[in-house]
Amino acid sequence: MDAIILQILNGLDKGSAYALIALGLTLIFGTLGVVNFAHGALFMIGAFCAVTMQRLLTLSHVVVDESQTDFLGNPLAVNVPYVNSIFGEELGQALINWSVPLSVLLVIPVMLLVGWAIERGLIKHFYKRPHADQILVTFGLAIVLQEIIRAMYGANPIQSPAPPLFSGSVDLGTYLGFQANAIVYPIWRLVYFFFSAIIIAAVFAFLQFTTFGMVVRAGMADRETVGMLGIDIDKRFTFMFGLAAVVAGMAGAMYAPILSPNYHMGMDFLVLSFVVVVVGGMGSLPGAVAAGFLLGILQGFASMNEVKAVLPGIDQIVIYLVAIIILLTRPRGLMGRRGVMED
Amino acid sequence: MLGLTSRDFTLFAIVCALTLLAPIILNPFPTGSALGASFNAGYPALMQRFAIFGILVVGFNILFGLTGYLSFGHAAFLGVGSYAAVWMFKLLSYNIVPAIVLSIIVAGLFSVVIGYVSLRRSGIYFSILTLAFAQMCYALAYSVFTPLTNGETGLQVYTSDPQVLMSPGDPVVPHLFGLQMNTAEVVRVGPWTWTFEVGYYLCAIMLIAAFYLSIRIFRSPFGMMLRAIKSNQTRMNYTGLNSRPYTLAAFIISGMYAGLAGGLLAAMDPLTGAERMYWTASGEIVVMAILGGVGTLIGPVVGSGIIKYLENIVSKINENILHQWFAALPDGLENVLIGVVHPFVGEGWHLTLGLLFMVVVIFLPGGLVEGGQRVGAMFSRKSRNASGVEADAAAQNPNTPAE
Repeated sequence: MDAIILQILNGLDKGSAYALIALGLTLIFGTLGVVNFAHGALFMIGAFCAVTMQRLLTLSHVVVDESQTDFLGNPLAVNVPYVNSIFGEELGQALINWSVPLSVLLVIPVMLLVGWAIERGLIKHFYKRPHADQILVTFGLAIVLQEIIRAMYGANPIQSPAPPLFSGSVDLGTYLGFQANAIVYPIWRLVYFFFSAIIIAAVFAFLQFTTFGMVVRAGMADRETVGMLGIDIDKRFTFMFGLAAVVAGMAGAMYAPILSPNYHMGMDFLVLSFVVVVVGGMGSLPGAVAAGFLLGILQGFASMNEVKAVLPGIDQIVIYLVAIIILLTRPRGLMGRRGVMED
Repeated sequence: MLGLTSRDFTLFAIVCALTLLAPIILNPFPTGSALGASFNAGYPALMQRFAIFGILVVGFNILFGLTGYLSFGHAAFLGVGSYAAVWMFKLLSYNIVPAIVLSIIVAGLFSVVIGYVSLRRSGIYFSILTLAFAQMCYALAYSVFTPLTNGETGLQVYTSDPQVLMSPGDPVVPHLFGLQMNTAEVVRVGPWTWTFEVGYYLCAIMLIAAFYLSIRIFRSPFGMMLRAIKSNQTRMNYTGLNSRPYTLAAFIISGMYAGLAGGLLAAMDPLTGAERMYWTASGEIVVMAILGGVGTLIGPVVGSGIIKYLENIVSKINENILHQWFAALPDGLENVLIGVVHPFVGEGWHLTLGLLFMVVVIFLPGGLVEGGQRVGAMFSRKSRNASGVEADAAAQNPNTPAE
């Protein structure tokens, strides 16, 4: 029992990331009808926002500290981050430690801007082109974004630690009545799960309960009619692209402590997220989220030693295997609607 | 001639001439000069790649260009082809004939299975299915099939391998009945050095054969049927035609082309690894096909040539070479120019590639071949006739949805 709970938990953090990326992909596909291969790159840019925030906060200047001396007895010159001088030692250090969660503040404007630029500058011209062209141009864009990030930050993964408050592990088993050390789980992954749950809930609430969201949903159902009613649906769809970019960016920024950001992390996640979208059903938001968690948890189970003993290597391929089976038996995915992406 | 129309024959003859004279054509600058060191591509290792990837993309084009099915997992066939060839080296001998034959057969078998399953769906679902299969092959080659693939180390030939057909005097490098692949004839004419290598000429002859076959397929009733499927599959089905056998045949043919390419890769250098099957390798094949021009005859060869050239030549340019080039300029201007150029060369060549690829997809959906035709049409009054052999292929399907 405890092993099963542990595997479910293990699947949750990856599943949350898949779900967030797949949610954004589906939002873009549902509104603009564009298959966005650059979405993984947006996730990666988000992760590098966390790195940037950390670097911004640790920008330092040299201060001569009279209280310390070097071995010659001269006063020691030390690097002091600007935040320490501005907000004082304690608050400044806290800000630096909390740079990853704080980077969400940076992610929102950056990703809105990036999303807006991509949509207006590039994708706008591809609405009328075939899906294959959209896939190809966004694939090219993903390569370009990835290489720009590599030119700026280098090719090596960059560590970005979680705040000390969340950096350890928690023994969940004791809360649930199991033996001690049966279910030990890193706190940050729990935080990530709750964070993504909040984001997903917020996106759904936004679409369901606001006028803006209602118009967007109407536009997803029948773009032309909404346009005829005198609503500038293009503008709202552009915003939805920005929103999808923000979701991907936040997913990436908060994932930074789990996986040190490197320039190709986006591509690695993108392939799996596409599989998730297809399994969930093209154009179905709940399907994308459900499939994300489902596949994450399945992957968790597949990496159990007991399972691997029976089916060696299953942990590597389970997602693709499930995708193939689902695509062949339920062509529309788990929750796909009729007539979406069918030719 | 050779069963080709005169225009096709002209194109075929041009390709033959270019491939056979490549060691001369690709060395335009004298050996040893600064430009030669940077831009000459006429060395065997690179020319082999031109030819091998040409074969691969010509095969990919038979699937994507004619039927419009975008496979994102084509590198899997290349990978299994390489593994099959290296196993032949390990078990029989270094003779490349059984290796290449087996690599084509194995890749063909894989493509029967993968194609049979994947072709049940079309559009993006087909792309995802092929991607999933290729990623599965990659992951399995890394983990479970380690006894077969040697996992991360990569498969190579050891002296302890059985090699049952090997007699004591046989060469210990891949050879064609004793003719070693790395035998090379070096000719010096004035300042130029030309290397004519057996391995390259094997690849070149294979490329010519592959290209000839692809012309025949393009012009055959079978090729016509594939194009009909691309332009409107629903209509084909309404006329009572079962299109599945045709697409499956195209898939298998293109898989066997990839297997041949994989076998040749192993014959040039008898080792292989799972990374040949990774999905970025499949993406590279797609990029090559698009860049050159999908659905045209010559496009794949152009595309693969350009990308392999960029990969090997542009990535070699480093800051020192840039300083040499711009040394004549005033210092300030020199530094500015280097600052502008440097991100795009050397390690940043992928950036150049990505930008080039985007530009082609945005402005030239028909690839560089279409660009060439447009330029040709500008200079020619009879644009329709003068734009060459490719015009009819491109004109039939300039923007057809590929799903």
